[in-house]
Amino acid sequence: MTRNSKFLSISSLFGFIFLYAPILSLIIYSFNKSKLVTVWGGWSVKWYVELFNNQQIIDAAIVSFKVAFITATLSVILGVLAGYVLSRMGKFPGKLIVSGWVSAPLIMPEVITGLSLLLLFVSLENLIGWPAGRGITTIIIAHTTFCMAYVAVIVQSRLSQMDDSLEEAAMDLGAKPQSLFFLITLPIISPAIISGWLLAFTMSLDDLVIASFVSGPGNSTLPMVIFSKIRLGVTPEVNALATIMILIVAIGVVAAMWQMRKKEKAL
Amino acid sequence: MTQETTIPLWKQDGAKPFIQIKNVTKKFGEFTAVDNVSLDIYENELFCLLGGSGSGKSTLLRILAGFEELTSGQVLIDGIDMANIEPWNRPINMMFQSYALFPHMTVAKNIAFGLKRDKVPKKEIELRVAEMLSMMQIEEFAHRKPDQLSGGQRQRVALARALIKRPKLLLLDEPLGALDKKLREETQFELVNIQDKLGVTFIVVTHDQEEAMTLATRIGVMGNGIITQVDEPRDVYEYPSSRFVAEFVGSINLFDGRIYEDDVEHVKIKSKKAGCNFFVNHGISCSPNQKVTVAIRPEKMKVTRRQPDQEYNCLYGQIVDIAYMGNLSIFRVKLKSGKIVRVTLPNLVRENRNPLTWDDFVYLAWDYDSSVVLTS
Ligand SMILES: Nc1ncnc2c1ncn2[C@@H]1O[C@H](COP(=O)(O)OP(=O)(O)OP(=O)(O)O)[C@@H](O)[C@H]1O
Ligand SMILES: [Mg+2]
Repeated sequence: MTRNSKFLSISSLFGFIFLYAPILSLIIYSFNKSKLVTVWGGWSVKWYVELFNNQQIIDAAIVSFKVAFITATLSVILGVLAGYVLSRMGKFPGKLIVSGWVSAPLIMPEVITGLSLLLLFVSLENLIGWPAGRGITTIIIAHTTFCMAYVAVIVQSRLSQMDDSLEEAAMDLGAKPQSLFFLITLPIISPAIISGWLLAFTMSLDDLVIASFVSGPGNSTLPMVIFSKIRLGVTPEVNALATIMILIVAIGVVAAMWQMRKKEKAL
Repeated sequence: MTQETTIPLWKQDGAKPFIQIKNVTKKFGEFTAVDNVSLDIYENELFCLLGGSGSGKSTLLRILAGFEELTSGQVLIDGIDMANIEPWNRPINMMFQSYALFPHMTVAKNIAFGLKRDKVPKKEIELRVAEMLSMMQIEEFAHRKPDQLSGGQRQRVALARALIKRPKLLLLDEPLGALDKKLREETQFELVNIQDKLGVTFIVVTHDQEEAMTLATRIGVMGNGIITQVDEPRDVYEYPSSRFVAEFVGSINLFDGRIYEDDVEHVKIKSKKAGCNFFVNHGISCSPNQKVTVAIRPEKMKVTRRQPDQEYNCLYGQIVDIAYMGNLSIFRVKLKSGKIVRVTLPNLVRENRNPLTWDDFVYLAWDYDSSVVLTS
C-alpha cells in the first residue's frame, strides 16, 4: 500500500465514522432494554413491540405513507411533463427563466416554501373555500411542489442525453409524431421516472419543516410525531421508530441509485 | 454477368429517373447548406454522395427523408412530388449515422418496429423478421438489447430495420463509419450484394473516396452545398471535371500552365513550375493563351534514371522522400522549381537490386493521354 492510498483510506474512514456513528448508536440504542436512553441494559426488541401498539404512531405512519405515495405519483406526472417540455421545446426566449422556475424549489429554504404555501392555502380558503382547512391534501400539494422539481431535473437530464435521431428513426419507420412519446420517449426515460418516484417518496417521508407549516390538527406525519416526542425527552421508542424510518429511506435511496445506474448503462 | 452488357439507365436517352432533385436549396438562417442542387437518380442505383465534412451530404439526405423543409426547389420520387408528404408516409427508409437503435427494445423488436406501425398481421411480422435476421446473419442476437452488441452487429440490425419495410429507396448516412477497416471492406461487398438481391435503390453518404469507389454505380461529388460532378467511379477518377474533384478524389499532381498551341487534335501547354512543356493528344474548348491546370495521377508516371526519349511531359527532379506502403511505394520528387511531385510505383519484386533511393535524380514521364486538363 502506498502512503497516498493509506492516507485516502484513513480519511475516508474518518468521514464514514463522522457520517454514520450517530446513526449507528441510534440503531443500537433502539434495542436497549433500559428505559434510560443513556444507560445500556442489555438487548431487547420491546420498544419495537410498544411502537406497534402506539395508536398515535400508527396513525402518523398511515398519514406519512399516504402522503408520500400520492406525492411521488403526482410529482412524477408533473415532473415528466415539465422535463419533457423543457428539453423538447428547443430554444425559445425566456427558456432560461422557465427552467430556473422549475428548479427554484430545489434551493428555496424549506421554511420559506412552507410559510409561503401556508399563506397561499389560507388565502385560497378565504377566497374560494378550497382547500377547506389543512390536512393531508395540503401536505400533498406542498410536497409535490418541491418533489416535482427533482423529478423534472432528473427527467430533463436523461432526455438531453437521448439521441435526437431516435425519434426521427421512429418517424422514418412510420410512427406518427403523437405516438412518439409513448413508443420511444417514455420507455427510454422509465428508469429515470422510477428513480424520480422513489426519490420523491423518500423526500416526502423525510420532510418535517414544510409539513409542520401546512398540516392541520390530527394529521401529523411521522417526522412531526418524532419531533414532538423528542421535546418530551428522547425515549428508546423514538429510537426504534427512527431506525425503521432510516431503513425505509435507505432502501428508497439505494433503489433510486440502482435504477439510475442501470439506465446509464443502457444509454 | 448479364448486368455488364445492359446499358445503365443513366446512359439511356429518355430513361425515367426514379428520384428527381430539382434546384433544391436549403438555408439555415443565412447559411446555405445545400445550394441549388439538381440530380437524377435511377432505379436500382447505388448512388454515393461523396464530400468532405460539412459539405451538406447529410442535409440532402434529410431533405429526401422529409426531415428538413426545403427553402426552394422540388423533390420527386417515382414522379410524385414529396412536398406535402410527411416522413412517416414516404416510401423511403433511412439508416442513421448513429444507427439510432431503440435502446429499450430487443433486436427483433427493433426490426419489427416499422411493420408494427403499418399494422401488418402478427404472423407475417414474425415471418419477415425471421427472414431478415437470417439474411443479416444475426439470428443469435434476436433477443439481445442493442447495448449488448458490437459495432458491426448494430450496423446489421440498423440495416435490417431499415430494409424490412421494403422501401423503394434506402438512405444510408455513413453506414460504415463506426467499423474498423477490415470489417468495413467486408461489409462494403455485403452491402452491394444485398442491394443487388433486393433491388432497392440506395443512396449512400460517405466521405471516404475508396468506399465510394467500391460501392457506387455513380458518385456525386459534393462541396460547399454544391454537387460538382456526377459520374461513374472510374470517370470521376480518370476524368475529374474540376480542380476540386481532382484533388478530393485520390491524390493528384497539379501544374498551372498556359496554352501556347491549340489545335483540334492536340494542345501544347507551357508551365514554368514543371520545367517542361505538356502535350495533350486531344483538343480542348478554350480560348488561346488561356490559363489551365494540368493534372496527372501519381501512378500514371514512369520513373527512370536515364532520360527518356520524349520531348513533352517529362519532369526532372530529386527524390526527397520515400514511403514504403507494402503493395506500393510513394516517392516525393522535388523539381528544380521547388515543386514537389508525388509518384507511386508498385513493388513488383520482393528485393530490388538497384532500388531508387533518397537523393537520386530521376525523370518522370507520361503518355500524351494520361493527363487531364482542367479549366475550372
Ligand atoms: N439544423 C441546423 N442548423 C444550422 N446549421 C446546420 C444545421 N444542420 C446542418 N447545418 C450546417 O449545414 C452544413 C452541412 O451540414 P451536413 O450535416 O449536411 O454536413 P455533412 O456533409 O453531412 O458533413 P459530415 O460529413 O461532417 O457529416 C454544416 O456546415 C452544418 O453546420
Ligand atoms: Mg453528415
